[in-house]
Amino acid sequence: MGAYILKRLISAVPVVLGITVIVFVIMSLIPGDPATAILGSYATPENVAKLNRDLGLDRSLPEQYFIWIGNMATGEFGRSYSLNRPVLDEVMERFGATLILAGTALVLCSVLGIVAGVISAARQYGLADKAITFAVLIGISIPSFFLGMMMILLFAVDLRWFPVSGMYLPYGGGDLQDLLWHLAMPAAALAVVATGVVARLSRSAMLEVLRLDFIRTARAKGVGERRVIWGHALRAAMVSIIPVIGVQAGFVLSGAVYIEIVFQWHGIGEMLVNAILKRDILLVQGGVVVVATCYVLFNLVVDVCQSLLDPRVKA
Amino acid sequence: MSAAAAPSSAGSRGPVGAFLRLFARNRLAAFGGIVLGLVLLLVLLAPVLPLADPYAQDKPNKFLLPFSAGHLLGTDHLGRDILSRLVWGTQTSLAVGVAAALISATIGSAIGIVAGFYGGRTDNLMMRAIDMLMAFPYILLALAIVAALGPGLVNALIAVAVVNIPFFARNIRGVTVGLAHREFVDAARLAGQSNLRIILTEILPNVLPVIVIAMSTTIGWMILETAGLSFLGLGAQPPAPDLGGMLGQGRNALITDPHAAAIPGLMIFIIVMSVNLIGDGVRDALDPRLRAGALMRPMARTQIDRRGEAPPAPAEPALLDLQELRTEFRLGARVLKALSGVTLSVKPGECLGIVGESGSGKSVAALSVMGLVASPPGVITGGAVRYEGEDLLGAPYERLRGLRGNRVAYIFQDPLATLHPLHRVGDQIVEAIRVHRRVPEAEARARALELLRAVRIPNAERRMGDYPHQLSGGMRQRVGIAMALVNDPDLIIADEPTTALDVTVQAQILALLADLRRERGVAILFITHDFGVVGQFCDRIAVMYAGRIVEEGPTAEVLGAPAHPYTRRLIACVPELGAGRRELAAIPGLPPAVDDLPDGCAFAPRCARATPECRRGEIALAPVTATRRLRCLHPEVELTREEQR
Ligand code: SF4
Repeated sequence: MGAYILKRLISAVPVVLGITVIVFVIMSLIPGDPATAILGSYATPENVAKLNRDLGLDRSLPEQYFIWIGNMATGEFGRSYSLNRPVLDEVMERFGATLILAGTALVLCSVLGIVAGVISAARQYGLADKAITFAVLIGISIPSFFLGMMMILLFAVDLRWFPVSGMYLPYGGGDLQDLLWHLAMPAAALAVVATGVVARLSRSAMLEVLRLDFIRTARAKGVGERRVIWGHALRAAMVSIIPVIGVQAGFVLSGAVYIEIVFQWHGIGEMLVNAILKRDILLVQGGVVVVATCYVLFNLVVDVCQSLLDPRVKA
Repeated sequence: MSAAAAPSSAGSRGPVGAFLRLFARNRLAAFGGIVLGLVLLLVLLAPVLPLADPYAQDKPNKFLLPFSAGHLLGTDHLGRDILSRLVWGTQTSLAVGVAAALISATIGSAIGIVAGFYGGRTDNLMMRAIDMLMAFPYILLALAIVAALGPGLVNALIAVAVVNIPFFARNIRGVTVGLAHREFVDAARLAGQSNLRIILTEILPNVLPVIVIAMSTTIGWMILETAGLSFLGLGAQPPAPDLGGMLGQGRNALITDPHAAAIPGLMIFIIVMSVNLIGDGVRDALDPRLRAGALMRPMARTQIDRRGEAPPAPAEPALLDLQELRTEFRLGARVLKALSGVTLSVKPGECLGIVGESGSGKSVAALSVMGLVASPPGVITGGAVRYEGEDLLGAPYERLRGLRGNRVAYIFQDPLATLHPLHRVGDQIVEAIRVHRRVPEAEARARALELLRAVRIPNAERRMGDYPHQLSGGMRQRVGIAMALVNDPDLIIADEPTTALDVTVQAQILALLADLRRERGVAILFITHDFGVVGQFCDRIAVMYAGRIVEEGPTAEVLGAPAHPYTRRLIACVPELGAGRRELAAIPGLPPAVDDLPDGCAFAPRCARATPECRRGEIALAPVTATRRLRCLHPEVELTREEQR
């Protein structure tokens, strides 16, 4: 197992390097003087000169790239001009908030999606299956930012169950209960699409597995139907459901951008959008590299889970 | 994919006609098509519709509610007509979404085809790059692109197109790799065609359906994404009308004037949903796996639709009696009669062999006993299955479940497929005990171990913790046998238990089964296509053909003097007893399709002794001696006379 994890970790290195290359290439697409573009048009000439020095922007592109990743490797992501604070500090703080939101949504969508998919498959063409299929269709078609807004209207403005926005109460609050109360709506809105996708794929994974011979063997042994479905079939279907959840993590992280804007959740998505609108390029760069790297690591964890789950892929 | 699908759809006005029929059959997809058609109509007619100017501001009349005079859907925060902005905005969103889909499908497919066709280093390099792109959560990449190019509709389009390229590249590469070494491509290469020409004339037409499926399933997504970027203020810039942008601006007055946001939001929803419905329809119609209705899960028990009463119980019920059992497969309009009235019985401790070619119905008969025929499509339509006289077809599911694996156990053909791949073999045996008996885990384990030893698995203790893939084929089948024996059943139904094994292992497993049977006195219903095997093993033989028993009797008598022409042919095909698998190819002709049974004797088309009477009416399975039954008008031997001798 340890050897497997090590192997995967090593294989993640080129991917992370690739990510930095891609970000670097994209950023080098910026037209005009890069230092001015990175700092925005409000930048003072001193700042431009300093950045040129810091990033070695007067050198060739490959040199610039190595200077840039060298800086990042030592934790030096530069300074955000719009916020006037180190990029890494801001990114870490914002990313924490996003992880709370996206993590909750990911758990929600996995659990609900799998349960819905399994029930749907077990009752194929039955009433429950039709209802779930219909709900899934709506779920995967509704724009999450629109859904979030409608949820605010219904649950926050009309029913007053949940707050309209934010992570904590502005004054007081700040404890776990307060956080959960604020988290409920955005996490639910964020989870809807992914739940639909997970439910759909779980359903077909289950249908695929339920036709296999070992399910017939379980029944021939006299195993009860509930156990056949939730024990035997789901266990085997998980092998194809887990990677789907890994992919959904990327979608949830992406959807979080919209949800953060709608609910004014001060996460990294909100930060990135504001940074783009203010042309704070260093902040965008830093945010993208950090989040993408974490996503690679997360997928590594998913792969390890997968190998734990399926003894056949070990080694 | 299409190469395989083509022949099946050739029957009806070509593949396009078949596709359209399948598509139209899908009501949801048709509904999506109609909705999207209406939206498209609206958008195309926009220039001639009497719409207000989408840019005309009228600040005093801002946030008018829908159905206000002159503004059917009200006005927005600048007093602009929402209906007009909605129609023009829909046009923009649709156009951008479709353009993004086309661009990314074209570039992505090109990459996929080139990588898949050339393979080797080209493939490696391109796919590495694609993997890098996929390592991003997609929106990060889109945001980075927009950050570099600056906010704007065209830049948002580029961003959405780029982030979707990997999806197409990967899918299309996968299909292309499968095609690149097919005969028709090799033939084109040998004919000296250029690579470009091969790609365009041989590869592209074959991957096109896949591209269409991939596009139809992602186009809704891309519409959503471009609307999303506009919503964030990174796509279409004000004052241009755009659904995402309208929604974003409406958000600022969400609580006081929700309609300004709700209307464009609903429109996005409607478009995306109808596109998704169409996408599902396209996928279902083009994907041959789904088309066959193959994705149906069998239920816990075979469906029973018994017409008429159950036949009365026999005067002296045996351990197992099948009476006039009928099982059929309902595949849409086609009905395959797998069993057309099978009657047989197994006495306690007896071994009955059922022999026949594949497709004769012998496995269906075996599975029907405990309701294990996959259903749908299988349905038991008549007769009775009696266990110690009790009619199991009428019994409740729980009763049946209580018998399964407990009183009546199964051994299946391919133990790699029939054991759960992710459960340890020990756990699987323990489970078989514990679903029927409340015994402590430790006791069940001890029992499982005992059985593993009884089936002569060396190192049984260690093997308990193994997964099926870690065992050899023979060992796996021993596990299957141990699992069947663990509750001391009265009857074991062995469905070709040795067919998947090689010859030496086959002999070992047969010897083991014979020993166990002698020691434990368990009755066995042994299904096989191999006369060599039954001869060694069974007390009696029933020969099946086209869903019926054609001859039955004690093993030695049937083997020594086969009366049915079919039995005789089968035996003639076995060169020597137990010499392993011997498919019955030596019999001229094929077994009849069971949805198209001839009148009279089903074997007549292949029978050398057939006469016109044979094809006329039903021929009964009649007792010819005290121990033998036969379904034939012109037997190979006169049985009654032989008896008298
Ligand atoms: S009934 Fe006639 S056709 Fe059928 S097996 Fe006997 S002889 Fe041949």
